[in-house]
Amino acid sequence: MDRRAGGGETIMATSEVVHAHAGPQGFIRKYIFSLDHKVIGIQYFFLALTAVWVGMFLSLLMRIHLIWPQVNLPIVGHIQPETYLSLLTMHGTIMVFFVLTTAPQGGFGNYFLPIQIGAPDMAFPVLNMLSFWTTFVAFVVMLAAFFVTGGAPLHGWTGYPPLSAVQSTGPGEGLGADLWITSIAIFCAASLMGALNFITTTLDLRAKGMTLMRMPLTVWSWFITAILGLLAFGVLLSAGILLLMDRNLGTSFFVPVIVVNGQLMGHKGGSPLLWQHLFWFFGHPEVYIAILPGMGVTSQILSTFARKPIFGYRAMVYAMLGIGFLGFMVWGHHMFMSGMSPYSAFAFSLLTMAIGVPSAIKTFNWLGTLYKGRIRFYTPMLFAVGFVSLFVSGGLSGPFLAQPTLDIPLHDTYFVVGHFHLIMGVAAIFGIFAATYYWFPKMFGRMMNEGLGKAHFWLTFIGTYAIFMPMHYLGMAGHPRRYSQLTEVAYLHNLIPLQTFMTYAAFITIGAQFIFVINLFWSMLKGPKAADNPWDATTVEWTTATPPPHDNFGGQTPVIHNGPYEYGVPGAARDFVMQTDPAVGAAH
Amino acid sequence: MSEANLPLGAHAPGILEASPFAIPSKKLVMWLFIISDAVTFAAILFAYGYIKNASPNWPEPFKFSPSILNVMLMTFILVSSSLTMLIATRAAKAADKAGALRWTFITVAGGILFALLHIREWFALIGEGVRLFQNPWGSPLFGATFFAITGLHLTHVIGGVIALTVVAFGYKRGRYKADDIEIWSLYWHFVDLVWMFVVPMVYLLNVAR
Repeated sequence: MDRRAGGGETIMATSEVVHAHAGPQGFIRKYIFSLDHKVIGIQYFFLALTAVWVGMFLSLLMRIHLIWPQVNLPIVGHIQPETYLSLLTMHGTIMVFFVLTTAPQGGFGNYFLPIQIGAPDMAFPVLNMLSFWTTFVAFVVMLAAFFVTGGAPLHGWTGYPPLSAVQSTGPGEGLGADLWITSIAIFCAASLMGALNFITTTLDLRAKGMTLMRMPLTVWSWFITAILGLLAFGVLLSAGILLLMDRNLGTSFFVPVIVVNGQLMGHKGGSPLLWQHLFWFFGHPEVYIAILPGMGVTSQILSTFARKPIFGYRAMVYAMLGIGFLGFMVWGHHMFMSGMSPYSAFAFSLLTMAIGVPSAIKTFNWLGTLYKGRIRFYTPMLFAVGFVSLFVSGGLSGPFLAQPTLDIPLHDTYFVVGHFHLIMGVAAIFGIFAATYYWFPKMFGRMMNEGLGKAHFWLTFIGTYAIFMPMHYLGMAGHPRRYSQLTEVAYLHNLIPLQTFMTYAAFITIGAQFIFVINLFWSMLKGPKAADNPWDATTVEWTTATPPPHDNFGGQTPVIHNGPYEYGVPGAARDFVMQTDPAVGAAH
Repeated sequence: MSEANLPLGAHAPGILEASPFAIPSKKLVMWLFIISDAVTFAAILFAYGYIKNASPNWPEPFKFSPSILNVMLMTFILVSSSLTMLIATRAAKAADKAGALRWTFITVAGGILFALLHIREWFALIGEGVRLFQNPWGSPLFGATFFAITGLHLTHVIGGVIALTVVAFGYKRGRYKADDIEIWSLYWHFVDLVWMFVVPMVYLLNVAR
């Protein structure tokens, strides 16, 4: 096998206790109920890829409905306002849970965390398999909501009661909503299993010499994400169980006295705000669960392709820890509208804006990494730089919304939609794309097409900005979110041309994703064979064969001598020193 | 299965970087599970506190006899079962297999007794007209929170009883080691600890005056 770089000089420790194994035989054990973290990672990746196309299709239907409300689509038919709300709910839920939470952590984290720390697998392979298949079941249950009587729920991905807590509040709030909540609860259990495994693996299975401060920033980001998951998903699980009880056992945790369609319901005494507290205590850390792995992979790629050590490695680690820590104290900023005490709002506002500090540290360290670098603009690098761009554009509207006085007029408008789509949606997706282009050679043994990759990048980059930037203007113009019929509201008429523009931008952006999928599958089958280290990168996954053998290192355990980003080391033979190479000078 | 299939013999010292916690991975993962489970309980107890404070007509039905006496008895049994579990763990560590099994099964018996007393109390309350959605005294959420919290705890007790039984039989046949007894004892102590939050919050704050 051609080892373009690193292979010859790689130092491995061979031990008597470890020896090469043949992987499991038979299709089912090898590819379906596999215990190999790499197969499980790829399973997560394809689950997320399926989910993202479902989610994107739903958003396409919404965009079409917004500008052509009367159109009669094939199969889907004429979209009713309540159908629009179902589309909105399912789009948000599928994207947040089954794409943004699943691909970066379950997919790439599963595949590369063990390899990057020099481990043969996750600490608990059976638990790992269970967590994937539990996630899969959650996805199937979620999709089932489309096909039951009444259809999918209307209550948004945030599931606010009383709409979500009473069966008779709308067409999708019957069995569809029960399936929705059940799916979320199953997903919580799956994510908790994954978090246990990620944390234990990171702490216990690092190869000799892989100290915590030599871990690649990707490993740090998956590790911190797992900690956030460990502390957040239990709360959502509790809230989900209480909501299911409200819906099916007659309790009223989240329902005050309520009249639905002129009928007084039996529920009384509960509080819808309780749900908001519980949901957002999970929901805000969830935002960081989605974005932190993107930060990790961006750091990794910027350093690799700028041929420079990451600027301020320790500051990057501490900033991620700071973001994770503060993320648990800011849930109230989603509830400024709820009539909370101004004193509470002030505290939440201050803590929220404090997150700007670690975020700015990260941004400037990325810029510092790029500064005077010998930048190689391959597709992964384009997406990583795109991540930084979107992180800044989407992040800057954060401090606006963190202030109650500004949030109250902007909260129920498109401004918020623009904000979270740029930062949480598109930026995190760019992280996923960057990771895909970067690690594809290692995962599938072939290179992706650069020309198609670049075309995909530019169309997606410009396209997503064209969709989500105008949302900020819509919001400032007072355009409410979640409205399905713009033509029925007179003061929105002047804004329809902008909505039309956004829909056309969505067509182009979605079209560009076909380039990605074609590139992905074509390269998998026909792409040029990849070298073991095609990017001249330094981390451990690039020292092993492509694709890696069953136990990752062919019966050997790597020994780590260097930090993760030793590029341009003075006096070194090449412009990069791999983590397994002999130790470089004491200066490092 | 898998674990044997992988070169996790690499656990041998000198091959891996030392873990920051000097405990086996299985024990670490139990601690992590306990943390996530504690978060789950914290959320439901927070929900209870929130609703109780927001309800002007929160009932306070628990009389010293029989309710509080019964809870004291249950608490005594559960705390004692933590003690017997501790003895079981010590015995297992000292390779006293018979002692470890005996004390684990005494713990299991304590768990079962606790569960039976709890279920009896549930039926007594149901007999007085307490339901998930109503009760004779005040806010309908009293029954909802009571059954949700104690039910979640009871589920954990029953889960613990089953787990300890399985581990004890496995230990007897050599499938599990002393470490596994210790790991599941951690879980048992956690279930005990949670009860120490449930008693004051759910019972003592609602004592009849």
